[in-house]
Formats: sequence, C-alpha cells, structure tokens
Amino acid sequence: MRVSSEVVRVYKVVHTWTGILSGMALFIAFYAGALTIFKEPLSRWATPPDPAAVHAPQVALAEAQTLINRTLTGYPETARGFQLNLSHEDAATERLEWNKRPEGTDEHDLFAVQRFVATLDSGGAVEVREANHSGLPLFIDVLHRVVGLPVDDDATRLFMGVVAGLYFLALVSGLIVLLPSLVKDLFALRVGPNLKRMWLDAHNVVGLGSLPFHLVIALTAAVFAFHDVIYMAQNQLVHEGKLGAALGGGPAEGEPRDPTEMLPPEQLVAKVTALAPDFEPTSLEYLQVTSPRASVRVWGQDAQAVHARTPGGFAIVDPYSGRILTTEYLPGHQSVAGEVLATLFGVHFATYGGMSIKWLYFLLGLLGAWLFYSGNLLWIETRRKKAKQHLAGGALPTQRRTTTWMAAITVGICLGAVCGISAMIASTKWLHGHVADPNEWYSLVYYAVFFAALGWSCVRGGPRAAVELLRLAAVLTVAIPFTTVLAAAFPGLGLWYHQAPVALGVDAVALLMALVFAWIARATARRVYGGGPEDSVWTASAPRPLPWFETPVDATSVPVGNEASGS
Amino acid sequence: MIQRDWLSKTLAGVVLGLIIALECSALYARTALDVPPPIRMQLTMWVVMPVWLSILSGCYLFKNGRRAWLWLVAASVVLLGGVFAVGMV
Repeated sequence: MRVSSEVVRVYKVVHTWTGILSGMALFIAFYAGALTIFKEPLSRWATPPDPAAVHAPQVALAEAQTLINRTLTGYPETARGFQLNLSHEDAATERLEWNKRPEGTDEHDLFAVQRFVATLDSGGAVEVREANHSGLPLFIDVLHRVVGLPVDDDATRLFMGVVAGLYFLALVSGLIVLLPSLVKDLFALRVGPNLKRMWLDAHNVVGLGSLPFHLVIALTAAVFAFHDVIYMAQNQLVHEGKLGAALGGGPAEGEPRDPTEMLPPEQLVAKVTALAPDFEPTSLEYLQVTSPRASVRVWGQDAQAVHARTPGGFAIVDPYSGRILTTEYLPGHQSVAGEVLATLFGVHFATYGGMSIKWLYFLLGLLGAWLFYSGNLLWIETRRKKAKQHLAGGALPTQRRTTTWMAAITVGICLGAVCGISAMIASTKWLHGHVADPNEWYSLVYYAVFFAALGWSCVRGGPRAAVELLRLAAVLTVAIPFTTVLAAAFPGLGLWYHQAPVALGVDAVALLMALVFAWIARATARRVYGGGPEDSVWTASAPRPLPWFETPVDATSVPVGNEASGS
Repeated sequence: MIQRDWLSKTLAGVVLGLIIALECSALYARTALDVPPPIRMQLTMWVVMPVWLSILSGCYLFKNGRRAWLWLVAASVVLLGGVFAVGMV
C-alpha cells in the first residue's frame, strides 16, 4: 500500500509517544482484564464456605411466592429490588437475594454493598443472613477499569478515558507505520542474531494479528470511561433535557400495588419461554414491586446470541398482569438497533460464543499486556547507544539516564502488578478469619507488593529486577494452587477449598501461569547474566537508575571488544 | 511537506473533533426516529467516541496546523447546518 514516507515519519512519532504514555497503564488494565473474564470462578475460589448454607433448607420454586411475600413483609427495603434465582442446585446461590448499600457510602463504592439471602425455615418463617461474598474479583475488576489506580471515581475514570484515547491513537498510528511494509513484514518473524528486529517483528505480528480485538477494546473502553460526561453533554445539547425520562427515571403515576397479588414466578417465566423457546432463564430481578412501575426482568442466556452482559439478556415483564413490557433486551427478539447496542457491550465483555470466546479473550488479553511490555522494550532499545568496535579498548558508551530509568520503571510497574495480583489472590485464604475486613486487605497486599517491586526495580536496575521479579511472580502464583493443596492435606489449618470444577480450574490456570513465569525468568536470566551484548541496557553490568546503589565495577573485568550485533 | 505542528493539530483534533462528534451524534438522534428512544439515546452516546477518536488520529495528515483548523471548522459548520436542517423537517 502506498503511504508517503513523510506520513510514516509523522505517525511514527505519534505511535512512540502515545504508546509510551499509555503502555504501562494498559499493561495493568490488560493483565487484570484478562483475569476478570473468569470473575465467577475466581469469586467461587475466594469465597469461604458458608456453614449456614449447608444446613439451610432448600426452598422449592413452587414456594418462592411465599418466600417473596414474607421477605417483603419482614424486610420492606427489599421492595426496591431483589433477585430470585431459578437454579438452586449450586450451594453458592440461594433462592432469594438482595443487595444493600449502607447509608452514607458512595454510589460507585461497590465494596460497601452487602448481600443478603433469604430462605424459609422448617416452620415457614423467613430466615435472613448476610451472605459471604469475596471482594477479590471486584478488586481485580477495579484495577482493570481504572488502570491500576486505587479508587474507581470520576477522576480516575476520566484518566482511564485519556489512556484509552491514547491507546486508540497508538493503534491507528502503529497501523499506518506498518502499512508500507505490510506485505513484506506481514507475519514475518525473523528469528536471528538481530534481537531488536525479532522483537519488532513479534510486536508487529501480535499487534496486527489482534488488531480488531484491540480496536474494539480501545473504543469501548473510551466509551465506558466518558459515558457519564457524554450523556450529560448530550442531555443539554441534543436531547433537550429529556434523557432521564426516556431512560426510565420519570415520576411514577398511579396507585401503589399490593405485592401479594403478583403472579407466581413460574408463570412469569412461562410467559417469556412461550415467546422465546431458545431462551434459558436463570433469574428474576424484581424492581419497585410496590410502585405503579413494578417490573420484573427475566434474565437468561441464549446460546446463539450476543449478550450485553455476563448474566445474559432479559425480558421485562409486568409481575401483576404477566404482560411482556419489552423484548428490547431479550436476545433474538431485539430491534436491529438493540442488537447493535448489545453487541457493543458484548464484544468488550466476551459475552458471546460461549467458553471458547472467553478463553480467546483471556489469551488476547495476556498477549495485549505483552504487546505493551514489548513496546516499551523497543523504545528503550531504539534509544540505546551502541558500542563502537573501533574505539580503543572497547570502552562502553554511557547509556542515557532515560533508558536506564525506563527499563527499571517498565519492569517494576508491569511485573509489580503481576506479583501484586498473585500475592493478593494467594493471601485470600490465609487472611480469612484473621482480619476484620478482607476487602481492605486486598488493596493493602496488592499495593504493598506493587510498590515494593517498583522500588526494588529502581534500586536494582531493570535487568536484575526483571529476573528477580519474574521468579517472585512464579513463586507467588504457585502459592495459589499450593494453598489449595495445603487446605486439602491439612484441614486443621483453617484454610478451605472448593471441589467445584470452576474453583479447581483457577488452581490449574495459576499453576500453568507460574510455570510460564518461571520459564520467562530463566530465559531473562540467561540474557542478563551472560551471553547478551555488553552495551545493552539488559545486562547485569548495565548502569542502575540510582547511581548511589551502583556497585563499583573492576575496570579490568569488563570484557573488551563488544559486538554491536545484539542491537 | 507535512509540518509537524503538534500542538495546533492536536488541539484541532481534540476540540473540533469533539464538536464534530457531538454534531454527528445529534444527526443520528434526529434521523433514527424509528429506533425506540432508550436504545436511540444510548446509541447516540456511542456515536461520539469513534468519530472523535478517528478525527483525532487522522488530523496529523493535514499539511499544517492552520489547515487542520480550517478544514475541521468548515466541517463542523456544515454539520451544524445539517443538524438544524434535519430539525426543521
């Protein structure tokens, strides 16, 4: 394709700087994001078993209406909203549950939300207890959404939006730079003595191969970040202030309703399945049941459809008449525009195509993290000063401080996030029962490990820290399945494990990832402690970012006559 | 010869790109009347980012910063006319 060399030069600059500004934040967002694909298994793995749940009597679906009525009488706050689960076999779900936000907590603070579950005791009275639910997947999700910053508020979300915008620019500019040599370079991976060429080829192959995925993620992430601001602006400029009313927030008119007159849940489900036979309902979300706007969302999945969210799609039903109010969010029964909208969400959350797509997104997410890591390495490599062979005595050039620092910070932030997340997951079962608020400890453990790793990297310098932190990542990651093994072998320790396949799957994936980290650590050690070109910033003898930690090097021990071939 | 003009081109892409993107979203909101309002308003929100970011990534192709501003101002004026014209019908 013909693109003038001038355009390529301009966009190379755009690619370099947008990439370097957003790369490390994106590494964390992608690594954590890949893990959030398997939020449910992680949640199952990290949630302590609830002894009460084992003894609680199972409420039959036929009795659900009684449970609803008695819960509404005993706990009037549930009129605002509660959820009725249709499948009840898994010990982790109760028939009826609702969330409560304690007074005075921020609307975006999802950690503050308490979950309650209700069952009927043998005498038919309502029994309510607060359910165990681990904040671990939520914390990983927050790391993902606000690129590793501690809180999910307006400011960090806008920061994320800027990062997503830079990411989009980096993608487009990277593509433009690659276009002229596309045919020549397409999927060419030149393995050989020219290491920089090999890394650049690998960066291009991964970047181009997953370009559609990256474009989709960049655009949707930017929308999610600026979503509130855009709505606000459009409400004034486009919708003449009518946005709230159209999105369903208008005042309710009419008489309050008596929830005992609601149709039983089985009938509501039957209305939906009669309309959509392929739809498999999983839960009913009751909203404002005592108000004239009472509605029930019948949530479920359709194996053939693209869902907007992880729980699937829903039909909105009037619980008093059983009339279907809208199918605009019901897979297979939406307008074209509605389907487009569902797809826009679905392509970000991997809620289509079943398990294979989830695994694909997991791999693409991890590859994406690698893409940003390799981008930074290429930036450093391009700015490296090469040793000149003709220099007498083979004196090594002094590397610029910026490349030394960039190496240390890239290693510290990227591997620090990896170590922090593994440490946090592994610590869940050990902290349980010993700390008052485990949710607080997730962030403590994560940030302690993250900042320690970053500090370590600045003190030790990028190359050494890369080897050490990769080994640490392997150890911390293998601690996840090791804890499970300990829990099974020594029940006296007070640890627990779940035999559910999804929970054991977390252990299996962690073991595999620990092996991968150990393997990368070995390869990096080989490069850093021997064999690599001496004028590289990736050797153990390379200068450290903070000069006062420099170990004095015996001048005679520096090898003479380095080759510049490792460029 | 393409002049770099980083600051003026970036500003043109950010500011005028946003204006053009909002105008495009208004055009969508006013023409897609057969789409049910809650869906239409959500899609109207979705129009903004792709348009904005495409303009921002394309604006370095202009010969210089002045041209970027001229063309993008012209485009936003034309689009604004379009939004009002659709509103009249």
